Amino acid sequence: MSKSEKTLHVSVWRGEGPQGRFETFRVPRQDNQTVLDVVSWIQQNTDPSLSYRYACRVGMCGSCAMMVNGQPRWTCRTHVSRVADGDRLQIGPLRNLPVIKDLAVDMDPFFEKWIKAGGAHRPSRSRTEPIMPVSPQEPGRVEANKAIECINCAVCYAACDTVAGNPDYLGPAALQRAWTLYNDVKIDDRQAALDRATAAGGCQNCHSQGSCTRFCPNELDPLSAIAGLKRAAAASYFKRRSE
Amino acid sequence: MQSMGFYMAQRLSAMVMAPLVLGHIAVMIYAIQGGLSTAEILERTRGSLSWFAFYGSFVVAVSIHAAIGLRMIATETLKLRGAALDLFTWAVMIVLLFMGARAVSAVTML
Repeated sequence: MSKSEKTLHVSVWRGEGPQGRFETFRVPRQDNQTVLDVVSWIQQNTDPSLSYRYACRVGMCGSCAMMVNGQPRWTCRTHVSRVADGDRLQIGPLRNLPVIKDLAVDMDPFFEKWIKAGGAHRPSRSRTEPIMPVSPQEPGRVEANKAIECINCAVCYAACDTVAGNPDYLGPAALQRAWTLYNDVKIDDRQAALDRATAAGGCQNCHSQGSCTRFCPNELDPLSAIAGLKRAAAASYFKRRSE
Repeated sequence: MQSMGFYMAQRLSAMVMAPLVLGHIAVMIYAIQGGLSTAEILERTRGSLSWFAFYGSFVVAVSIHAAIGLRMIATETLKLRGAALDLFTWAVMIVLLFMGARAVSAVTML
């Protein structure tokens, strides 16, 4: 690296499991450079033992999310120029998930909650029956469409202070998925979808702080989805009492 | 962890509290601007079923709302769980209810 080149001072979390510390690397700065480029440069040029996760590099797969200067980001689509503090960058593993090694976290708790919230599609018809026509203008479909671009990157989960304080809370992504299914006319039992979303750790634990919506890289709105679940749950609560 | 029962109780108690808080602020402004003395205030509140109902329902709503709110803080910040968490919730509710009932009875009972 010549002295005329601009240099980034990058602190990267190193360690296995809960133990670790930040280690600083010097990385050449480019005009167009993503945070994932920086991590890859370190792994390819300085320390091959650096562990991190990525796949598509174009914001499709949701596997490269990390904490960048304390905030969750999809690193493949986050330009250094947007997030660097001068020439300094701090890169850590996603918050609220157990660290496997360095920047790679164990995503199991995130996906287990997805399943617990009823994330699997439970169709009302079998494949031998004709396909149910669904109008794109149908209000439930319009609501469901708002969240179908979720890529499971867990940025919202890492941003959520309620998850940090209450590890049993299902989190924004799983609950947004539950709201999508609740509004999907093709699912079999909408009440069952709502019951799963309001069981222990459900939508009623959300404090509406809105970090999920603020940080979602796909500009989705889990906060409004959870608010929708709360409204539906309250209506269902009164309905059941009156029956 | 919050169940739907606690969630609904907290929302409903908030709905009760909202107009009562506004009423309480209006009463305070009226009492101060009118320059009412303690004796004059007590003269109006003692034996009044309306003031008993107003502040009595306020105390009940506050006791429920605050106990559930503190329950959430206790579980998320202090990591209280299970029986200890339930005991904490009910203790807060009973203490607030007792203190509030004592205050309301002091100003509305003859």
